[in-house]
Amino acid sequence: MIWNDHYETMERDRLKQVQSRSLRELVERVYKKVPFYRRKMDEQGVKPSDINQIIDIVKLPFTTKQEMRDVYPFKLLAVDLSDIVEIHTSSGTTGKPVVDAYTLRDIDTWSEVMARTLSMGDVTRQDIVQNAYGYGLFTGGLGVHYGARRIGANVIPISGGNTKRQLMIMQDFRSNVLTCTPSYSLYLAEAALEEGIDFSKLPLRVGFFGAEPWSEGMRKEIEAKLHLKALDIFGLTEIIGPGVAQECMCQDGLHIFEDHFYPEIIDPETERLLPEGEKGELVLTTLTKEGTPVLRYRTRDITYLNYKTCRCGRTSVRMNRILGRTDDMLIIRGVNVFPSQIEEVLLQVEGVEPHYQLLIDRKGQLDSIEIQVEMIEKLFSDEIKMLEKTEKKIENALYSSLGVHSKVKLVEPKSIPRSEGKARRVIDKRQV
Amino acid sequence: MAVKQISIFLENTKGRLADVTRILSEDNINIRALSLADTADFGVLRIIVNEPERCLKVLKTHNFVAQATEIIAVEIEDRPGGLYKILEIFDKNDINIEYMYAFVEKKADNAIVIFRIDEPEKAYDILEKNAIPVLSSDIISNI
Repeated sequence: MIWNDHYETMERDRLKQVQSRSLRELVERVYKKVPFYRRKMDEQGVKPSDINQIIDIVKLPFTTKQEMRDVYPFKLLAVDLSDIVEIHTSSGTTGKPVVDAYTLRDIDTWSEVMARTLSMGDVTRQDIVQNAYGYGLFTGGLGVHYGARRIGANVIPISGGNTKRQLMIMQDFRSNVLTCTPSYSLYLAEAALEEGIDFSKLPLRVGFFGAEPWSEGMRKEIEAKLHLKALDIFGLTEIIGPGVAQECMCQDGLHIFEDHFYPEIIDPETERLLPEGEKGELVLTTLTKEGTPVLRYRTRDITYLNYKTCRCGRTSVRMNRILGRTDDMLIIRGVNVFPSQIEEVLLQVEGVEPHYQLLIDRKGQLDSIEIQVEMIEKLFSDEIKMLEKTEKKIENALYSSLGVHSKVKLVEPKSIPRSEGKARRVIDKRQV
Repeated sequence: MAVKQISIFLENTKGRLADVTRILSEDNINIRALSLADTADFGVLRIIVNEPERCLKVLKTHNFVAQATEIIAVEIEDRPGGLYKILEIFDKNDINIEYMYAFVEKKADNAIVIFRIDEPEKAYDILEKNAIPVLSSDIISNI
């Protein structure tokens, strides 16, 4: 089911005109209102008058994650603060979070793209959406909420966690749409099995799973265990939250809502634009955003684009599911984790910075993170209970810093392989 | 002189114990007594050796994390009730034992018990009051 026929099935030439107009307006606006962008454009020697067609976008400077943090909290605002009606942020686990500030029209846009998103799974006002994405500063919960409300579906704002209650509500309210992370869906399936709940007897029909990397194999598993159609949802706080791209029932790539978010694929090394179908870093521009517009944001997500019209009838470009990332950021149970944060914690805990290594795995259905820390004189004790206390202390400090539980394992000195230059800090064994 | 025990951090993996003992044997260090405490992930090997200072140096040159800890060595009679006699004294005087291990002497009918105690001074006093001799490092080294 297509929510917005006009934009979602628009001829591509016509769409380009729409995008060109939006881009011109965007650039004028940010050049005038956001000193950060004006400075960057001046440095690059580009004026708003140089931007006429959407292809002129390549003349504009990129925006990086670091810059998004540097402008914290409000230096990216292109409107008066009084015009902002809602603010969300990224998890901000690496220091300052990225701020996404919405005007009333931005919330309207968000509701629109999320209504399109849910419509891709044929959600209508007849449906009951169990929204198990977290509500709060995180964009997931409210993004889905606004979309469901726009459609007129019945949204249950249950938020994340509390598995027993999720299962109870699911049975009693007869939810037929589920939104959560893919790993949590499998966790629900496991818990249901223990409780003797048979998913094939429940009305669940479709699920929107995202906020962490997953695979085709995992999709098959989810579909078999939860007896629903599992669709991939994509978004990021820097752009708007969920509602940037969504898979339709054809499950053949994620449709990007191009009239609002313009995608490019670049070579992350040379920053050159890559042709259709080539893998590279996804770059996104918020064509219509008012509050905190973003020019050519380097997502660091690796994917490729497909401009062919989909079997569902939509003409919008499709991106493949995310294939990887260009940097060392890890997404563990939906939370962004950087190895540098772990260094910081180790430094804080004992005033020392031992060698360490991260082992990421998926045990059962949930991501697990084990941090191997090399033993040093300062941490050592002849008493086991003191060593276990040290492990616990590091684990607790990591939890309060990262927001995810990890297991700390003390290992012998020099047991973690050394490499020339940058240490190989992360071993990701997840098969996604 | 207080008796020094050497504690060594080991990963709980195959062959690590053998590695330590090989290194010590190559440097002609004799292990008099040992105890191994472990968890699923790691262990602490505690040994009494003839030359604790040199032992520590050898281990460190081989990248082990090791430290010397002061312990109390007491000779007890190698017969039923021998250990109880001393534990009863500790218990009555509120001496908390972190850990302990024992070995039997070759040349006498006695056993030697190694105690790791948080407040060694207090323990020494109690033992002295109860006329229980504490072994010196020289004696231990030459058993």
